[in-house]
Amino acid sequence: MNAVTGGFELRKELFADEREENLNEIGKRTRRQDIEGHVTGRSPFYDDHLFDGLLHMRYVRSPHHHARIRRIDTSQAERMPGVVRILTGKDVPQNLNTLLSLLDFGLDDEPVLSDTKVAYRGEPVAAVIAQTEAQARAAVKAVRVDWEPLAHVLDVEEALAPGAPTVCETYPGNLFVYHGKYNHQKLRYGDVEAALASADHVVEGRYQMSPIEQAPIETCGAIAAPEQNGRWVCYTSTQALFFSLGTAAKVLATPSSRLHFVGGTVGGGFGGKVDSIHEPLAILGAMLTGRPCKSMWDREEEMQVGAPRGAERWYLTDGVMDDGRIVARKFTGYFDAGAYTRLSSYAIIKAVGHLPGPYTIPNVHADVHCVYTNRTPATAMRGFGITGVDFAIEAHMDKVAETVRMNPVDLRILNAYRDGDMKAHRRLAKNCAFIECCQVVAEKAGVTIKPESRAASSLTGGGGERARLPARTATDEHGRVEGFSSGSYAQKGGAPAPAPAGVPTAPQPARPPSRSSQPAPVSQGTPAPPREPAQSGAPPPAPERPAASKDRPRRSGAMRFSSISGFRRR
Amino acid sequence: MAKKPVTVTLNGTERAGFAEPGQNLLDFLRRGLGDLSPKYGCGQGTCGACTVTIDGQTHLSCLVLAEAADGRAVGTAAGLADGARLDPLQDAFMENFAAQCGYCTPGMLVSARALLDRNPRPTRAEIVEAISGNLCRCTGYEPIIAAIEAVAEERTRP
Amino acid sequence: MIEVETFPTLAEAARAMGAGAAYLGGGTVMMRAVNAGDAPARLVRTTDPALTQIRAMGDTLTLGAGVTMAQILAERDLDFLHDVARQIGGPQVRNMGTVGGNIFAPHPYGDFAVALLALGARVAMADGSSARPIEDVLRERDRPSGLIASVEVPRPRPGAFAFRKVSRVRPKGASIMSIAANLPREGGRVRGARLAWGAMGPRPLRGAAVERVLEGQSVDHGDIDRAAQIAAKGLEPPTDPLASSWYRTAVAGVHLKRLLQSMEGR
Repeated sequence: MNAVTGGFELRKELFADEREENLNEIGKRTRRQDIEGHVTGRSPFYDDHLFDGLLHMRYVRSPHHHARIRRIDTSQAERMPGVVRILTGKDVPQNLNTLLSLLDFGLDDEPVLSDTKVAYRGEPVAAVIAQTEAQARAAVKAVRVDWEPLAHVLDVEEALAPGAPTVCETYPGNLFVYHGKYNHQKLRYGDVEAALASADHVVEGRYQMSPIEQAPIETCGAIAAPEQNGRWVCYTSTQALFFSLGTAAKVLATPSSRLHFVGGTVGGGFGGKVDSIHEPLAILGAMLTGRPCKSMWDREEEMQVGAPRGAERWYLTDGVMDDGRIVARKFTGYFDAGAYTRLSSYAIIKAVGHLPGPYTIPNVHADVHCVYTNRTPATAMRGFGITGVDFAIEAHMDKVAETVRMNPVDLRILNAYRDGDMKAHRRLAKNCAFIECCQVVAEKAGVTIKPESRAASSLTGGGGERARLPARTATDEHGRVEGFSSGSYAQKGGAPAPAPAGVPTAPQPARPPSRSSQPAPVSQGTPAPPREPAQSGAPPPAPERPAASKDRPRRSGAMRFSSISGFRRR
Repeated sequence: MAKKPVTVTLNGTERAGFAEPGQNLLDFLRRGLGDLSPKYGCGQGTCGACTVTIDGQTHLSCLVLAEAADGRAVGTAAGLADGARLDPLQDAFMENFAAQCGYCTPGMLVSARALLDRNPRPTRAEIVEAISGNLCRCTGYEPIIAAIEAVAEERTRP
Repeated sequence: MIEVETFPTLAEAARAMGAGAAYLGGGTVMMRAVNAGDAPARLVRTTDPALTQIRAMGDTLTLGAGVTMAQILAERDLDFLHDVARQIGGPQVRNMGTVGGNIFAPHPYGDFAVALLALGARVAMADGSSARPIEDVLRERDRPSGLIASVEVPRPRPGAFAFRKVSRVRPKGASIMSIAANLPREGGRVRGARLAWGAMGPRPLRGAAVERVLEGQSVDHGDIDRAAQIAAKGLEPPTDPLASSWYRTAVAGVHLKRLLQSMEGR
């Protein structure tokens, strides 16, 4: 390791004419602006904000992978020492949410506190608020839940088999619906079947990876407290402050102007702190008790219910010529979203935009499925959507190299994209550097590559024929579903759905809309008495929604995906 | 159940508070005495973010009953600096980029200080061993080891 | 809610034990339960200084139940236990974890007790009754009949004792398994072989099958291979997040062989 550059070696001779000689930071030691707080222990993590009279929230969680909730009895727990309040689903103003509804992507599918059914082990059904953490823990044990265990499914392909249990009723086929049309995300570029038929070799492979827990040393959590002027302050570990703010505003049916979020000092996140689980609940606790409330996972919860990078399974089929050229690549992918969508739908958008890897392949086909299983919901983690399929692609490249008896580095350089090549997502490749990376790796690893591989360059040999779109692209309606709106993903209901004609059937969410009930703030320092249950008989009012969303002009799918996947048109 | 009075010498100053029944030293230091430098990471003695010294020996404060520390000397990362002058280890951590998120840093520094106090010129293997009870998930072990080595080398100079 | 009772002597603490009470020693096991809200309602502890004493009498070393791993590492008389104590937890745990507590540490912990089992240690209880073999105490550890006062450890013959801990994480990680062997020899032949496994069952266990193979032998390559082949015989190792039962069974012979080979030529 080079102490000065921290192990980096600058290869400035590569692409030297593409930039000025002005690297003032790279390779130089620099001091973090926040590091003095870190070494003195003064950096203000969310739990480093002390409040007099802080209340602690602990959760009653499902011991089952999948179960219906017949009854939640909190009466004994409410009488336990130190217990101030116990929250269940009926206390949450908008008790159904999907994170990416803030980006107009996906249907509300996940309860904040489940009141009808749980779909993964550890799913919260009630929150106990008590004066000490120990008292909250003790009272959690005294909450009685009458469970009706249901059949569960823990494997993505089993979840798609006939007769599999429905994990999440919003998506009865156990598949997320893309563009309001398909039960998977499609990529069609050229004619893969024709190219496979004419290839010298067909190489197949199956690859999978397990979920990975981000495991930050600081567990996720938030502290909320009544502020002044009808506002609440929330100190949070979130990695996505405005995302959490928007989620809290939606779930609590409260204007975001009444929420004062303080964050930015995160004790490790790695993607595991974007799900905005704690902020709405801590604020709701503060609203209903009038006192500062802390919602915080312990280590076991962080590992068990903290959303991991999801499991993935990939099937790859390549058509390869004797000389090593890959002429067709076909993907069938299954992302294990766990019980609810969170960010898995988006991970797949990223993954499909990334296919077929850094290679110029004239025929590419992908069907990638966001599958619901009774596992912990999955979310973001460092390059999620990309790392799993990259592992599959590169493992498969080695398999292809073996098949055609080529050095795997030579195979990669032969098929690498070059400046000016057309990619499968119909954009021209630019600023390519993969060939040069392969050359340096071969040199460092002592791998001898062919002279033509050594002579290859990302700057030459691309474009021309390789810039053309395929003469014909084979399309299909496979996986078409009916009854889902292609308009705003954040809304459901509206016009009655047409009769289901595809797979999956019965797409209308079965879950009744949650009651909208803005919690009334109570005076600070006085625990609120338990609220009366909602009056029976009266029809539940429709959930409050941001006023703009109903009349918002429809946007095209392309624009919508552009806005979240960063493939903005230039 | 009654709270119990607990007096400790925290970073050289006598401090007193009342411990809840079953309260651990980490929570007592943070909420009872207001020293927020030790961190909660696991409550199971696995991560080391709560590392403090008790009578000069490193302990996991989440696994120490607060009342068991009564009458003893407790040291935390907040006590490493001498007024405005930082401990050489703190300077070395800053210079060597030995903290990313900063959450493991206070515990890491307490373990490193305890090592150098009993072994001023540790080998790299001894440094690795000394911080083996402190997890860093930002994968920053190399710069942390380099920072500790930098202080050890400084001391070997005449 | 928890009530903590602290006594100046072990005898008083022992008398205060009873149903619904747990003893709090170094804290590395019991405080986890306290933090998780799973501890019994009463915790009993003592500040008895006798518990942290180490005494040597002839070839028997007596370790107070409250002696920490760090104390063992600092005691020259206990050099044969240094390799074991050094592999318990990280530095903080070694400053806290005790000899007595290790006997009760649940799977996959308790590597020090594995060494004590191979060494044929005897356990003295707080009631002053005569010391009992550690096997008996381990067997009854889920329903202990009193508090441990000290552990008497016979010093092994030079070169007769070795310990190996197998972990996926170094230098600090929980055991996939640990193995301790005490193979004293008379006239070049093993007499009174004791072999103990950790993390290969519900508690530290004797490896009777291996002991039978090695007893009376010179422990040459053939003996080692024969022992490795039947290493896990009679054991039903648990499956946990570190390793499956199948894996532990499959690699037991490999690690036993490495341990025995490391003892050759001593």
